[in-house]
Amino acid sequence: MSERLADWTKDEQAITFQTCAACGHVQYFHRAFCAACGASDPHEARASGKGRVYATSLVCRAATPETRAHVPYNILLVDCAEGFRMMAHGENGLAIGDEVDATFKPFAGKLVPFFTKTK
Amino acid sequence: MSFITGVGLTPYGKHEGSSSLDLMSKAAQAALDDAGLKRSDIDGILCGYSTVSPHIMLATVFAEHFGIRPSYAHAVQVGGATGLAMTMLAHHLVEAGVARNVLVVAGENRLTGQSRDASIQALAQVGHPDYEVPLGPTIPAYYGLVATRYMHEYGVTEADLAEFAVLMRSHACTHPGAQFQDPITVADVMASKPVAMPLKLLDCCPVSDGGAAFVISRERTGEAGVRIRGCAQAHTHQHVTAAPALSELGAEISIARARKATGLAISDVRYAAIYDSFTITLAMLLEDLGLAGRGEAAARVRSGHFSRDGAMPLNTHGGLLSYGHCGVGGAMAHLVEAHLQMTGRAANRQVRDASIALLHGDGGVLSSHVSMFLERVR
Repeated sequence: MSERLADWTKDEQAITFQTCAACGHVQYFHRAFCAACGASDPHEARASGKGRVYATSLVCRAATPETRAHVPYNILLVDCAEGFRMMAHGENGLAIGDEVDATFKPFAGKLVPFFTKTK
Repeated sequence: MSFITGVGLTPYGKHEGSSSLDLMSKAAQAALDDAGLKRSDIDGILCGYSTVSPHIMLATVFAEHFGIRPSYAHAVQVGGATGLAMTMLAHHLVEAGVARNVLVVAGENRLTGQSRDASIQALAQVGHPDYEVPLGPTIPAYYGLVATRYMHEYGVTEADLAEFAVLMRSHACTHPGAQFQDPITVADVMASKPVAMPLKLLDCCPVSDGGAAFVISRERTGEAGVRIRGCAQAHTHQHVTAAPALSELGAEISIARARKATGLAISDVRYAAIYDSFTITLAMLLEDLGLAGRGEAAARVRSGHFSRDGAMPLNTHGGLLSYGHCGVGGAMAHLVEAHLQMTGRAANRQVRDASIALLHGDGGVLSSHVSMFLERVR
């Protein structure tokens, strides 16, 4: 099995995804196999960070002291250019359908993907 | 064939000093009394979970505490869909001859047993531990994401969603056991504190203490019988990031399966008991199930369609939004109320005809679905 690429969940400033060599299925949650057909060792790559906003929710009530320091923060679902959907943070004014680019910002002790509107 | 022979429900709200086991016991005793059965008649126990007092063997903990030695017992965990999932399992166990009388029970001191933050934190863990939870989402945020998308696709507004909170509150005002008894208006909902936009405080169900229980039996024990006509499930994903498109929702799949299993149509339904953790949950599920057209559920609320004296009375006890939400027991109150309606015991809340009821539960973030039809038999 190939070495796992580090991504933001492993404190690297990157978003990664997997593509199945057998069926072409694209997945965001890392696994040792393709969730669509079961083939092992899907190909891993870094994503471009480009995408489009699918949904937003501005969190105004957080449940821990660490996250409360950041309210309000905008949680997004982003449809990424490579064909997978991910959850991330983003600028407060973003609307569904906006074209966005990924950066990274500290949140509750961790660097997390933060999307801004494509200029 | 299986019958719901007894139901038990505590008031929801604060039960200072009561443990989860206390609330389960109270509801279980009420269900046994309602069925006219003794502890020794119960040979199966299914129970939910308690976030306040987690245990790897809650069903046997409860059985020992309550004083039953069943031949079949375990806990079930499907989030908000747990109550109906347990009822579905009890139905199949009874039909298969594994048990004669199955006690389905849940209860939790979720409001007074832990802080609100602890409850919100515990529930947020339904999110993905690596890819979602580090972003600080809450359950309202997961549903807030679903809401903005649904509103975008079907032109639903925040004022539309507020209608569901107002309706559930107006129903709760007629039930002495409901957590909230003060009427609210659309303006109140719109002005309530933002939680996870577009959801505001009054779009969200509360955290409650409470317990609920039923007995599912092979034989009816009373004159009025409520029969489980048929049920089905669908599980499309766990995490909202991995949810399918709005065109392939789990509720649509499970209701299609339940309709096929029973031969019933939505037009046969006279009473609806639908999961309502948030206003968006109720709006979407009503439309997914075919109880309203896409984007039309709010208009039906405004026209009185879902009111007690309307064509399709809905959650006449006030639902999770206003009767309260104590975890697994939360949505079990919907079934208790349906049973009271079907057996003509709903007092000042009684509807004209509850001969066929449709129940639907949702767990996770529209992840797990159970649809069930109940039928009154004379």
